[in-house]
Amino acid sequence: MTRKQRRLYFVFLGMLALGAAAALVLTAMNDTLVYFYTPSDLRTKHVSPDRRLRIGGLVEPGSVARQGDAVRFVVTDLTATLPVTYRGVLPDLFREGQGVVAEGKMDGEGLFHASEVLAKHDENYMPKEVADALKKSGQWQDEGKKP
Amino acid sequence: MIAELGQFALIVSLFVALVQAVIPMVGATRGDRAWMDVAQPAALAQFALIATAFGALMTCYVTSDFSVLNVVQNSHTDKPMLYKISGVWGNHEGSMLLWVLILSLYGMAVSIFGGNLPPGLRARALSVQAMISCGFLLFILFTSNPFTRVDPAPLNGDGLNPLLQDPGLAFHPPFLYLGYVGFSMAFSFAIAALIEGRVDAAWARWVRPWTLVAWCALTLGIAMGSWWAYYTLGWGGWWYWDPVENASFMPWLAGTALLHSSIVVEKRDTLKAWTILLAIVTFSLSLLGTFLVRSGVLTSVHSFAADPSRGVFVLGLLVLVVGGSLILFAIRGPGLKGGGLFTPLSREGSLLLNNVLMSTAAGTVLLGTLYPLFADALDLGKVSVGAPFFNAVFIPLMVPMVMTMAIGPLMSWKRGDLAGALGRLKAAFGLTLLVLIGTWLVAGGSAGPLWAAGGLALAAWLFCGALTEWAERVRLFRGPLSETVERMIRLPRSAYGMTVAHAGVAIVIAGITGSAAWTVEKIQVMHVGDVASVAGYDLRLEGVEDGIPGPNYMILRAHFVASKAGHLVTDLYPEKRMYRQPPRPTTDAAIHTNLLGDLYAVVGDADGTGGYVTRLYFNPLVPWIFIGSVTMVIGGLVSLTDRRYRVGAPLRTARAAAAAKGRV
Repeated sequence: MTRKQRRLYFVFLGMLALGAAAALVLTAMNDTLVYFYTPSDLRTKHVSPDRRLRIGGLVEPGSVARQGDAVRFVVTDLTATLPVTYRGVLPDLFREGQGVVAEGKMDGEGLFHASEVLAKHDENYMPKEVADALKKSGQWQDEGKKP
Repeated sequence: MIAELGQFALIVSLFVALVQAVIPMVGATRGDRAWMDVAQPAALAQFALIATAFGALMTCYVTSDFSVLNVVQNSHTDKPMLYKISGVWGNHEGSMLLWVLILSLYGMAVSIFGGNLPPGLRARALSVQAMISCGFLLFILFTSNPFTRVDPAPLNGDGLNPLLQDPGLAFHPPFLYLGYVGFSMAFSFAIAALIEGRVDAAWARWVRPWTLVAWCALTLGIAMGSWWAYYTLGWGGWWYWDPVENASFMPWLAGTALLHSSIVVEKRDTLKAWTILLAIVTFSLSLLGTFLVRSGVLTSVHSFAADPSRGVFVLGLLVLVVGGSLILFAIRGPGLKGGGLFTPLSREGSLLLNNVLMSTAAGTVLLGTLYPLFADALDLGKVSVGAPFFNAVFIPLMVPMVMTMAIGPLMSWKRGDLAGALGRLKAAFGLTLLVLIGTWLVAGGSAGPLWAAGGLALAAWLFCGALTEWAERVRLFRGPLSETVERMIRLPRSAYGMTVAHAGVAIVIAGITGSAAWTVEKIQVMHVGDVASVAGYDLRLEGVEDGIPGPNYMILRAHFVASKAGHLVTDLYPEKRMYRQPPRPTTDAAIHTNLLGDLYAVVGDADGTGGYVTRLYFNPLVPWIFIGSVTMVIGGLVSLTDRRYRVGAPLRTARAAAAAKGRV
């Protein structure tokens, strides 16, 4: 095998791997990309019930209610609200009045079924999407809150 | 006073680093030995100074000196001593100081153990090392000074994030950084070689131990982080494909590729430009990881509050390092002509395949990690790329790689004999088939567990393949016993290292498959006396005790009695801890392992009627993930003790001396 042939083989192998990776990425992206919505977005846009999505905002104070192992709470971006239900143990830093991001699906009646409520490691941390959502709805207050 | 001493030491170390960056490089260009030799004492001085600064910060933490802002923000007098110490790197400023400390530690190691290196290469490598040092020292001094004072000093500190007050996480950052920063050695040597325009077997032999050390540390660091996530986050997950996890995984993938391609450079004197490029890419990914974690540009489960202005600085540094080194590579890379030719079916060919797949995998992980940033910048909406994406992309790339991992080592260099290699793997193939069918039948025999059976079969294939290769090399059962023993002793340690590390990968694959396929999860509200069953175990909630004092937290402790078919198995005590400062809860899962699976219990919030939400898991084979990772590290360490790194290394100088003699 000459040097040129080897280089061709090298290039061919690389192209093959890249092609395979591109094909995998494109198919996977289609099915697995999860979009982020704010409660205001969901008021105006219709989202199909079998699409996984992320929602985020602040947990409305006084809205957390437990029924057995299920928890219901309301997420707000201070313009619109969205009721959420979740089964399981909430992350340690889940608090009323704090930012929250949840992943799951909408049902037909406007209730969000969360399969995951994302934990944050740091109480000063405001999820970027939530901060942006609050900015978008014009309710962002800078004082005291570190984004 | 001590804080000022630390600050002063840092500033002096910056100037030492500047000297170390410039003088040896100029010296190497002009062939001036005296100038080149500045590098070693400078590297020693740099380490001594940065260690002084680090020691000063640690003293501030240990003595709870609340006139230092960093201590105020991250410590508290109540904290146990271990976390006062680990608090030093449990924050941004301190962790960056640890970063440069480890960087200078590697520099010092080169100046001490690098006696066999040609002076020019050593001078240039240490100079590049010092340039990186300069960048990060400037970063610390200008954007994240750990020694800033506060006046008036508060009476006590804010405390450390309770999640970080954990033995697993106390040592996770040092190992992770030993890995991240260790790849800077390969990078520095690569840049030095590009400047010299010369890469050969001796070069690969000099670089390999450093890459191995870095790889071992990174593997251990990632495993520790994963273990921590497993037992402390309370959802039984050990890997989330989260941006911060990916940030450490990408350099690992590239570093693994580098480890393998440098073998080809060493043994066959080819794939040189590629290896240099990999060294650059690996370190760039380490820097990118630092940037992603430190800047907070990505939403991550592991996000900590971060300051964007610091991100900009690291980003600038990243652009400078990546841009500069790639330009140098573009100019000098084409001149690196490879020597040995080989056919696709050879050991080189299989190592190349490993490289292509590893780097492609690293590329897809990079794409998935950064895609939300691109989408946001291009206004395509806010998206998150999670586990489904990475599983869909990563697993198909890894399956062929693991399949060839068993075959590759059995192929000879230059021109391999695929049929022969496969012939020798007959026994391994038979066992694999047995595992495949056995698992499938045990798991229920439907189409569902087929992929899980495939995963375990893949693990068995690799495990048996690794052992077959070893057995072939010692001619196990094929010659007289004395010959086998003789061969076992003579077999180089690096060969043992490979066998052990590959077997470790196989164990990890089995663990991943088991946890993905057969994890059983049960969430329910339990009152005292209730029994919940999970995977054949009956867990009785014996009692819940609140208000138990811990060192700096109060404990709510549940007591479960686990039994199987009426026989007592173990007691489990999951806890919820409420820290005093900062006032925040953490979850401490109770885990009982029998090495084949973990029984995992978490106690959650009270439901208001005297019951508690509990989460019970049975996680089969999960301990294997950690056992396998440690096995991989052991393999790397065994390989590191290979005698050729000690004896064979000064090859180039010896040859040059012989040539010089010949001329006389």
